[in-house]
Amino acid sequence: MGRVYRKVALVTGAARGIGRAQAVRLAQEGADIVAIDICAPVRTAESPSATTADLAETERLIEAAGGRVAAYIVDVRAAAALSAAVDAGAARFGGIDIVCATAGIASSGAACDLSEDVWQTMLDVNLTGVWQTSKAAAPHLLARGSGSMILTSSVAGMRGLAGAGHYVSAGHGVVGLMRSLAKEFAVHNVRVNSVHSSETVVEPVDIANATLFLASDEARYITAVTLPVDAGNSQQ
Amino acid sequence: MSRLADKVVIVTGAARGMGRSHCVRLAQEQAELIAVDLADASADLEHTAHLVRAEGQRCLTAHADVREYSSMEVAVAAGVSEFGQLDVIVANVGIYADLSPSWELAEAAWRRTLDVNLTGVWHTVKAAMPHLVDGGSIVIISSTNGIKGGANTAHYSASKHAVVGLARTLANELGPRGIRVNTVHPGAVATPMIRNADVYAKLRPDLENPSEQDASAMLAAKNMLPVPWVDPIDVSNAVLYLAADESRYVTGSQLVVDAGLTQKVP
Repeated sequence: MGRVYRKVALVTGAARGIGRAQAVRLAQEGADIVAIDICAPVRTAESPSATTADLAETERLIEAAGGRVAAYIVDVRAAAALSAAVDAGAARFGGIDIVCATAGIASSGAACDLSEDVWQTMLDVNLTGVWQTSKAAAPHLLARGSGSMILTSSVAGMRGLAGAGHYVSAGHGVVGLMRSLAKEFAVHNVRVNSVHSSETVVEPVDIANATLFLASDEARYITAVTLPVDAGNSQQ
Repeated sequence: MSRLADKVVIVTGAARGMGRSHCVRLAQEQAELIAVDLADASADLEHTAHLVRAEGQRCLTAHADVREYSSMEVAVAAGVSEFGQLDVIVANVGIYADLSPSWELAEAAWRRTLDVNLTGVWHTVKAAMPHLVDGGSIVIISSTNGIKGGANTAHYSASKHAVVGLARTLANELGPRGIRVNTVHPGAVATPMIRNADVYAKLRPDLENPSEQDASAMLAAKNMLPVPWVDPIDVSNAVLYLAADESRYVTGSQLVVDAGLTQKVP
């Protein structure tokens, strides 16, 4: 029996990369997946955009792993559309147990040279988008009286990086949000933790394995934790 | 399942409590165990070995006092000669005793706690290192008192903070060999170390003979999640994650298993 057998996991940014790896890994361990992605370019993002073909490939991989999937093309910045998709996914599979708030973008620039647009888009996607995701999913986890949220941050959520002040700010902001959510949801037996990857050294499956641990009942008393998956980068 | 198939793990403090739980949980994932504890704990240690074997895995028991480096060397050598390799070190042994305000703490109590909880971890790693494979994992059991202080625990908190410094140094030193070093920080764990009249009395100085229930209410109030303590299995599951290859890029980290204690704001 899988480590998240018969649980339902919401994953944003599911079309590619970390989000896809999380969705597939959780499906391998018995979860059904509500997969969300924008499947379009985000203005100012330097990372190449996901496509509908990417999301379709994630769906295929989830099903090949034995999971069911409901996929929605939604921008995490669009609160109403996000809530509608989350509600539809929850209705399809009978609730939500796990939330992977993973959608994020990357861009660069010296902190004081960033344009308003680059700064604001980064915060809108990487921080506010995480808040919107947890907000949309929270009623379903609270209704269940249990659950686990995993917010994807990065080493930029634990230390500064030159040339990415907006990215670092959003990453740190996610940690503050995570700690507050953990406190607010603890009485409902909902746990909230963040994972901090160093994209340059680890692979998506490593973050997915950390996610799986935090999502499963093995971590039932682990909450408000910042878990680095960074090959020691943050301690070097 | 087989998350530790073909791996050999040494666990100190294996006779009881958390150490026994680690042994059994890791054996369920097909690890072979070198279970180490004091000679005084021989009967309990043999029971741990029995539980490991019941999971279908081999277990070698060895008596050692982590304060005596040479005894750890002998224990490790016995284990390695039995299994031919060593993949994971779980430095679990620890004491939580002689609780008192720091200025009243006896010299001997301070020294004993540091000898076991800090020097004992260093001895364990030092003795085992020559045998540890490249790509191995070292898991050191600290405590929430390794992240924040607490009343009556000057010696204990100092020792548990200190192992974090040790782990961070080891992580830097051993990184080039692919060896990972992490600490696990349990809050109160339902073991005999916590569930005893002494600890209850410290938690409820207002009561004459506090019961477990009186004490557990105090402990629950410290946690975010509505539980007084975590169970040994919860710590063992964290150890398992850090021991297994699924955490291959996790090193130098402090993983708390504390029901939210360290992050709770009153």
